[in-house]
Amino acid sequence: MKHARVAYQGLLHEAAEANGGVRLEDGRTVQEHDVVWLPPVAPGAIYALGLNYADHAKELSFKAPKEPLVFLKGAGTLCGHRGSTRRPDGVTYMHYECELAVVIGSPAKNVKRADAYQYVAGYTVANDYAIRDYLENYYRPNLRVKSRDSSTPLGPWLVDREDVPNPMNSALRTSINGKVTQEGSTRDMIFDVPALIEYLSGLITLQPDDLILTGTPEGLANVQRGDEVVTEIDGLGRLVNTIL
Amino acid sequence: MIVSVLKPGSTVYTAVLNFRGTVQALGGALEKPPYQKRPQAPVLFIKPPSTWIGDGDAIPCPRGVPQLRMGGTLAVVIGRTARQIREADALDYVRGYTIANDVSIPHDSYYRPPVKERCRDGFCPVHAKAVPLGNPDAVEIRISINGQLRATNTTAHLIRSVARLLADITEFVTLHSGDLVLVGEPENAPLASPGDVVRVELDGVGFLENTIAEEAPL
Repeated sequence: MKHARVAYQGLLHEAAEANGGVRLEDGRTVQEHDVVWLPPVAPGAIYALGLNYADHAKELSFKAPKEPLVFLKGAGTLCGHRGSTRRPDGVTYMHYECELAVVIGSPAKNVKRADAYQYVAGYTVANDYAIRDYLENYYRPNLRVKSRDSSTPLGPWLVDREDVPNPMNSALRTSINGKVTQEGSTRDMIFDVPALIEYLSGLITLQPDDLILTGTPEGLANVQRGDEVVTEIDGLGRLVNTIL
Repeated sequence: MIVSVLKPGSTVYTAVLNFRGTVQALGGALEKPPYQKRPQAPVLFIKPPSTWIGDGDAIPCPRGVPQLRMGGTLAVVIGRTARQIREADALDYVRGYTIANDVSIPHDSYYRPPVKERCRDGFCPVHAKAVPLGNPDAVEIRISINGQLRATNTTAHLIRSVARLLADITEFVTLHSGDLVLVGEPENAPLASPGDVVRVELDGVGFLENTIAEEAPL
């Protein structure tokens, strides 16, 4: 099933996908444009990966890392489907990052790779925007680049794990105003989802609703105010965002 | 576990390189690779909820790690939504102050985010009470191990004062009621081993005491 959190006529709803529309808690089905989309989960912790696709690491002139490059983001960085993300004044390079987002389903500590999928509730799409003007070599990528208010669109749907038999073979793509600028496949991750769960849960207990943003393939491009940026993963959904 | 200043949805932002002594000790290293130049914005990371423990709880020492570093420091508890606030008004957004310990596995680098070193289970003990302070930029910090005083510092030695730090953070991130900002790990933070009792004491606030324990076996 595909789940969402939406607002409709003054109420919040735990909604589900039905016949291409949005089925509300009270059984009514409405259309995508009729609701306000919130991030499909409210995580306590957001773990994000840098340089987790070999082509992207090369694009940024880095060697592929020997162990996952993990950073944390604040919850205020999330925004829902069809939301908007601010491009600050005077910035020269702000780029999207289309990413498979893993939602944890149960507490995970010292989980082995072979068991890792049991701890996954489902998957969604993230757009992990970065503003490179603010990059500094301290805790890089630093929070000012990566954890700004509303700079991480998430959604539209949380898709149950059972409905995603192989998350490691999904096509990802990003388009700006309808023109495709980034294409890749989750099969090209350096550390795949089970490896990331093993690594992270060996350091810290992952909690239900925690998010792991698994990194992005090559194909970055600058975005400008007014652009409509669509990040999409086959089988999961199409996440729309507008630059303010 | 009850940590009353923190609640589900709280975020714990933690500054480092904010005590003058820490930066002085690094000397010219901050102008060389991999850093290239001194930090411009506050250097921050997030302590996720699995790191949060309360006063009296045990700090788990990961297997194979002989000692942990005790970064006892002042924590600012946010009282209302703070977004792009001015330094002059910043303290109006504070509900109170408490004590926290930015526990870490000893390490020297500030280049990559310190998840492995600073974000392990139980690595963020926080006192349960927030109290008002007349001047958060003149609070003496004392860190003791097994009753022996091992480090003394004061928030008068902060590079960014509490108000300046809050103003600079809220330039890009909104702080909400219940969020916490740890103002920085003092230089020469002492080391402690399993069995040791660590006390972080802040004048006018109180003390936070935790014992280091071997991590539970697999």
